[in-house]
Amino acid sequence: MPLPLTLPRIRHAAATPGQYALALAIAAFLVLTLVLPVVTVVVVAFKDTTGGFTLVNFADFFGNELFQRSFVNSVWVAVLTVALATVLAMPLAYFTARFEFRGSALIQTLGILPLIMPPFVGAVAMQLLLGRNGTVNLLLQDWFGFTIPFMEGLNGVIFVEAVHYFPFILINVTASLRNIDRSMEEAAQNLGASGFRLFRRIVFPLSMPGYVAGAVLVFVKVFDDLATPLLLNVKDMLAPQAYLRVTSIGVADPIGYVICVVLMLISVASLGLSYAATAGKDYATVQRGGGGLTRRRMSRNEAIGAYAIVGLILALVLAPHAALLLLSFATVWSFSPLPDAYTLAHYTRVFSDSAGYIWNTLLYASIAAGIDVLIGGAIAYLVLRTRLPMRHWLDAAAMAALAVPGVVLGIGYLRAFYAVQLPGGQSLATFWVMIAIALAVRRLPYALRAADAALRQISVSLEEAAENLGATKPRAVRRIVIPLMTGGIVAGFVTSFATAAVELSATLMLVQSNSDAPLAYGIYVFMQSPAGRGAGAALGVLAVLLVGVCTYLSNRVAENGNGSSHH
Amino acid sequence: MPLSQTRKAVAIKVEGVDLSYGDNHVLKNVNLEIPPGDLFAFLGPSGCGKTTLLRLIAGFNRADRGRVLLDGEDITPLPPWKRDVGMVFQSYALWPHMTVERNVAFGLEERGLPKQEIGPRVAAALEMVGLTGLGGRRPSELSGGQQQRVALARTIVVEPKVLLLDEPLSNLDAKLRVEVRRELRELQKRLGITTIFVTHDQEEANTICDRIAVMNNGEVQQVGTPMQLYEHPGNLFVAGFLGTANIIDGKLVSNGPGVAYEIPGGGRIELPGSAKIPLHGRLVFRPQSVSLVPACTPPSPSNAHFLSSVAHREFLGATLRYGLTLGNQEVLIDVPFRSGDVLHEIGAKVSAVVPQSALLWLDR
Ligand SMILES: Nc1ncnc2c1ncn2[C@@H]1O[C@H](COP(=O)(O)OP(=O)(O)OP(=O)(O)O)[C@@H](O)[C@H]1O
Ligand SMILES: [Mg+2]
Repeated sequence: MPLPLTLPRIRHAAATPGQYALALAIAAFLVLTLVLPVVTVVVVAFKDTTGGFTLVNFADFFGNELFQRSFVNSVWVAVLTVALATVLAMPLAYFTARFEFRGSALIQTLGILPLIMPPFVGAVAMQLLLGRNGTVNLLLQDWFGFTIPFMEGLNGVIFVEAVHYFPFILINVTASLRNIDRSMEEAAQNLGASGFRLFRRIVFPLSMPGYVAGAVLVFVKVFDDLATPLLLNVKDMLAPQAYLRVTSIGVADPIGYVICVVLMLISVASLGLSYAATAGKDYATVQRGGGGLTRRRMSRNEAIGAYAIVGLILALVLAPHAALLLLSFATVWSFSPLPDAYTLAHYTRVFSDSAGYIWNTLLYASIAAGIDVLIGGAIAYLVLRTRLPMRHWLDAAAMAALAVPGVVLGIGYLRAFYAVQLPGGQSLATFWVMIAIALAVRRLPYALRAADAALRQISVSLEEAAENLGATKPRAVRRIVIPLMTGGIVAGFVTSFATAAVELSATLMLVQSNSDAPLAYGIYVFMQSPAGRGAGAALGVLAVLLVGVCTYLSNRVAENGNGSSHH
Repeated sequence: MPLSQTRKAVAIKVEGVDLSYGDNHVLKNVNLEIPPGDLFAFLGPSGCGKTTLLRLIAGFNRADRGRVLLDGEDITPLPPWKRDVGMVFQSYALWPHMTVERNVAFGLEERGLPKQEIGPRVAAALEMVGLTGLGGRRPSELSGGQQQRVALARTIVVEPKVLLLDEPLSNLDAKLRVEVRRELRELQKRLGITTIFVTHDQEEANTICDRIAVMNNGEVQQVGTPMQLYEHPGNLFVAGFLGTANIIDGKLVSNGPGVAYEIPGGGRIELPGSAKIPLHGRLVFRPQSVSLVPACTPPSPSNAHFLSSVAHREFLGATLRYGLTLGNQEVLIDVPFRSGDVLHEIGAKVSAVVPQSALLWLDR
């Protein structure tokens, strides 16, 4: 046999031209809609009036008493929210992990229920229930002669946010507890540890990564939240200050941008911390099998205690929902424990005058979710199934949106696109499509992770088998990969849709006229005036229904999808 | 409509192929010629590059250097979907969202066949693998063996030029494996399609394949029929990998008129005077080439012989296997077992004889 060592060394392109084109298109989209606005914000924060580099704006910011207070308040609120959310979440997580508890199904519902109501929607309703002149305090005053300042100042923000966000901690901690291999606990018992010692030395450290991930998520979300403090009329926090500076003083005021940079730094630092704390320490999943801790039956007294705690938290979670519903049917509700009388007028008004909000929401959220699914799916494919150089950068860029607060993105859009004129003379920054795009960018990380997870479940050989039988790459994707990813894609779409439908922080910056406004903005506008609260609540009920139905659908699809795409 | 058996079988040629994953040099100057209609095995230990070579022929791996030719036509530049090389994946890779029928029809649809032709051809393929009537099921509703047949039907229905099977039997239980491999051989001969069969199980390769390429470390060690490889292994790896072999370390010394092989730690093998002795290499012979004779039997000059003692004894059914101590090494010997035979006890002194024709001197 001849040894044809003279054959030339063959150089192969790492990917097809089509894949390069797709990657470039996505990169261009991300640069324009995410990188450029964020960079603009940062640049403006460091620029003096002549355009040179300066730190004066930061000196102004940290020298100003209002901003110092806002900074401290924001940190205080975020930290206390995490603490309160922990107090709410931990017992629930422990009950489900440790006991054979009938209430576990209830706890699972509790893990989703708050999330379907955006916190700012619940804020006003909570005030009616728990505020100074709310139902609870009026009754307390009548019966016992004292009141509790649940909703005074920062307390209100902390309370509302904690009730809304504690499920993030609950879900993450429950997941890590469930992943603990039963044998780890048994090994510890076998070596003589039991009771609280066992919990402290084994269970607690093993559930730590989940807790940190959940807690940091809550911290960041609360730190960046704009709408809840605004609706509770708390202005001396960072996100509201950024919003107020830019809307009242104008897009040229540098302090707004400085605040944005501070918000972003805190976000990035927190997420980085969470990454460092959890990376490589996911002990819980190192061992295959999992199965969670050994569960035991509760004694009678334990069960009573557990049900009492679950009941109390359930009441807290349902309170804003109930109050919102009451408010939406109330003629007048102030200075009285319950509304004076009931009416359908708010719903009539919403459907006749404000149908535009609903229509806009459906439009924007569909566009956003559509973009997310397309780009998320494409990035997942490029990363997992091609050898395109720098493909991981696309993934990283898309995920970076997690660290960009909505206010910052909104302000970035205003600043970066204000001068760009559309053919009609309108500014690009105020064109309604930009609202949809901003929503898409903010939800992209979730859609991307959903697509990525779905694609990972599909063995590469399924695609190769199709190519082997004559299908080109695009056809193999269309006939094999996409049908098998459907579950993940639909779940991603619905999640993006539902969360985009009620997002407010970027929207608040970008909406220029009422006719372009989505539901969340409408609720915000209505809730500003006492006369509009009924209609605002009616819109809020619609929003909760919308998100609730979507969440239900997405869970259903995800469950079915798991069954059919399993290979 | 039966699958046409008229298509001419194709020769496969692999020329000077090199392939690396980063620093890992996985295929090293691989050259192979596979004649038309052969059932050809890639046999070698895990990680030696069998799957990599197979995927290279199917177009899923790109060589750094070298070519693949089908009947003289260079297919190296073609993407997988233009090669017409049918591959059955180790995991079967059946599409879970399609029924068995849809799975099998896929390749025909991709080739743009008219609908009315697809149906009968799918039915014929399913019949050929004995799955008539299961066309409406999902892959998840089939047993492992049935899934394996669907994967086969899906590939042969498009009548590819060659058939590549990557450990097609490894997911089946031992009994089914023996059954299916015989069916596979019959089907391959009926279709007359040149087929490569990847396996690390030498029995599988020996029983059904026409010829075998033994691979190790990314290199083809030797190509030949199962018998050729067994009787004339080209190197120590092949000798040791196919069946059991005694591979003996030692040193050639002159022994008066003849030559002997001196074993470290004491003991020597007297070599027949007429033996062709190479300059290097180690002495290799199969356990069943050795016979035991009473210690007092006079040696014959045309055989190698040595004196030794029995270290252990195993009863294997049809044969008895003795382990003999020879210097610091152990020599295995298989003798047929007939009832009533007198057995050698542990520690017994024996004289062993190996015919000159069974002696091999192998390198590497
Ligand atoms: N995608 C890959 N990237 C890097 N290295 C790889 C890749 N695929 C295989 N290898 C390496 O190439 C070598 C040959 O692998 P290959 O799968 O061809 O072995 P094999 O002979 O089929 O083994 P087995 O009998 O276990 O299937 C191994 O060392 C393996 O680790
Ligand atoms: Mg293999």
